[in-house]
Amino acid sequence: MHDLTELYQSVILDHNRRPRNYSVLPAANRVGSGNNPMCGDQITVYVKLEGDRIADVSFQGSGCAISQASASLMTLNLKGRTIAEAEAIYAGLHKMVTTGKVAEDDMSDLAALAGVHQFPARIKCATLGWHAALNAAKGDATPVTTERTSD
Amino acid sequence: MNAAWKNLRADFPILDQQVNGKPLVYLDNAATTQKPSCVIDALTHYYRRDNANVHRGIHTLSMRATDAYEKARERAAKFLNAAEPGEIVFTAGTTDSINLVANAWGDENLKKGDVILLTEMEHHSNMVPWQLLARRTGAKLRYLPIVAGDTGLLDLAQLPKVLTPEVKIFAFIHVSNTLGVINPAAELCAAAKKVGALTVVDAAQSTGHLPLDVRAMGCDFLAVSGHKMCGPTGVGLLYGRKALLDAMPPYRGGGSMISSVDYLESKWAPAPAKFEAGTPNIADVIALARAMDFLDDLGREDIAAHDEKLAALAYARLQAEVPGIRILGPAHHRSGVVSFDLKGVHAHDVVTMADQEGVALRGGHHCNQPLMKKLGLSSTSRASFYLYNTEADIDRLVSTLQKISKFFAG
Ligand SMILES: Cc1ncc(COP(=O)(O)O)c(C=O)c1O
Repeated sequence: MHDLTELYQSVILDHNRRPRNYSVLPAANRVGSGNNPMCGDQITVYVKLEGDRIADVSFQGSGCAISQASASLMTLNLKGRTIAEAEAIYAGLHKMVTTGKVAEDDMSDLAALAGVHQFPARIKCATLGWHAALNAAKGDATPVTTERTSD
Repeated sequence: MNAAWKNLRADFPILDQQVNGKPLVYLDNAATTQKPSCVIDALTHYYRRDNANVHRGIHTLSMRATDAYEKARERAAKFLNAAEPGEIVFTAGTTDSINLVANAWGDENLKKGDVILLTEMEHHSNMVPWQLLARRTGAKLRYLPIVAGDTGLLDLAQLPKVLTPEVKIFAFIHVSNTLGVINPAAELCAAAKKVGALTVVDAAQSTGHLPLDVRAMGCDFLAVSGHKMCGPTGVGLLYGRKALLDAMPPYRGGGSMISSVDYLESKWAPAPAKFEAGTPNIADVIALARAMDFLDDLGREDIAAHDEKLAALAYARLQAEVPGIRILGPAHHRSGVVSFDLKGVHAHDVVTMADQEGVALRGGHHCNQPLMKKLGLSSTSRASFYLYNTEADIDRLVSTLQKISKFFAG
């Protein structure tokens, strides 16, 4: 299972098992949600916004290891950032999970998600929580939905 | 098992390939089955030799196409033991067939206070059309529950309570795509008849898998998808009792479904043409008839026995050899669908990892979100077997799931 250890790096497995900031945030003044109808993944993101700074962020939800780990890593990476900074980080992440290219400047622990680019069906899993968080921070309360499928 | 079973896998060229460096093990048959060479050949033969529009032509090719198309209707009637070919309406598949009934029959016959009865294990395609109908007519939806626990069997003790005289139509799934349960269709149809309710059977997962006789079952309508029974995608059929089809208004308007058209008013052609507006899916209908020949050559009794044997073996081996697995559906008398939950590993992760091993599974809610909720799951992984699967495929499934469970536990 060579490729799989690239997708499921130990950082991912660890964050999946012990997601950080996995709670309701009582002080939140923004809430965003996202779901992936294809697999039933569901996420709620709580944001405490001070001016244009994300003072605190947490999440709750259920989903695959990639979605849970990515959301967990997101909370660590977005805390204390301005919305503009958060968008820049997300842009880097998006590029990484779609192309595999890790930005020169520090993607730090997020680099663990680089393997996702080899699994196109899983990119949505990695970005769901981020969409929900950024939408919430920007004041868009519409739930984020990924593509549909049937079986 | 007869001679047609010999060398069966060679009839399915797609099976002979490597996926991610491993020989493909295709276990996503509940989503769609693979196609034998004879079905693929029927399609290409039609387009290479016979292609023409049906019904409206007098030239040779058109007559040939029309003949093959109407022969396919006869073939389908025989396949299901319908009373006559006129009881077979070709559609785009199960979803399309159910929508046809819900619209053409439902709008005309349902009113406020009437009840539409479904079961808790319906596929979204046998739920949403009825929800839309209920919204249009003011009729109410009611559900026959499944028993508590993981067997997923219908709670038949509740039937008299929910199947009351207000029920005008009872639509239920024959074989569950999530649980592998085979419902007692004849018994349910007989019970419905007693209260004067019509029955619609979602036979998407049963038609190509077990012997099916609409008259013995006693159903009023039955919906089928070609692609789940070795046929092409985009084609299926609706069986309907002739008297019911004759009394129903059309569902879609257009060419081929009229006997005469005036600027203000038209007269409908008799069923089944009334329900086949526009140029039909000629090639796929013809290839579907070929798939029926293929299945009958193998024998549907034998296909059912093969499915059940593999499912029972998979159930027993997964239970015994894969730590932390929770298998849904009954242990015995089931179809070839085996859904399971692997403790601590999301279905999506299971499917991605299995794919790396060349094993094609499906993970998700299997188009039954309410059922998943009831089982306390957001999604499951599913292995579904068909006539070309072997015990060796189960070896691969078991070893793959063991690897996955170890990987996530490690
Ligand atoms: C039980 C059941 N009903 C209905 C459907 C819908 O079939 P189709 O998508 O071919 O219309 C499916 C397949 O997805 C199914 O498994």
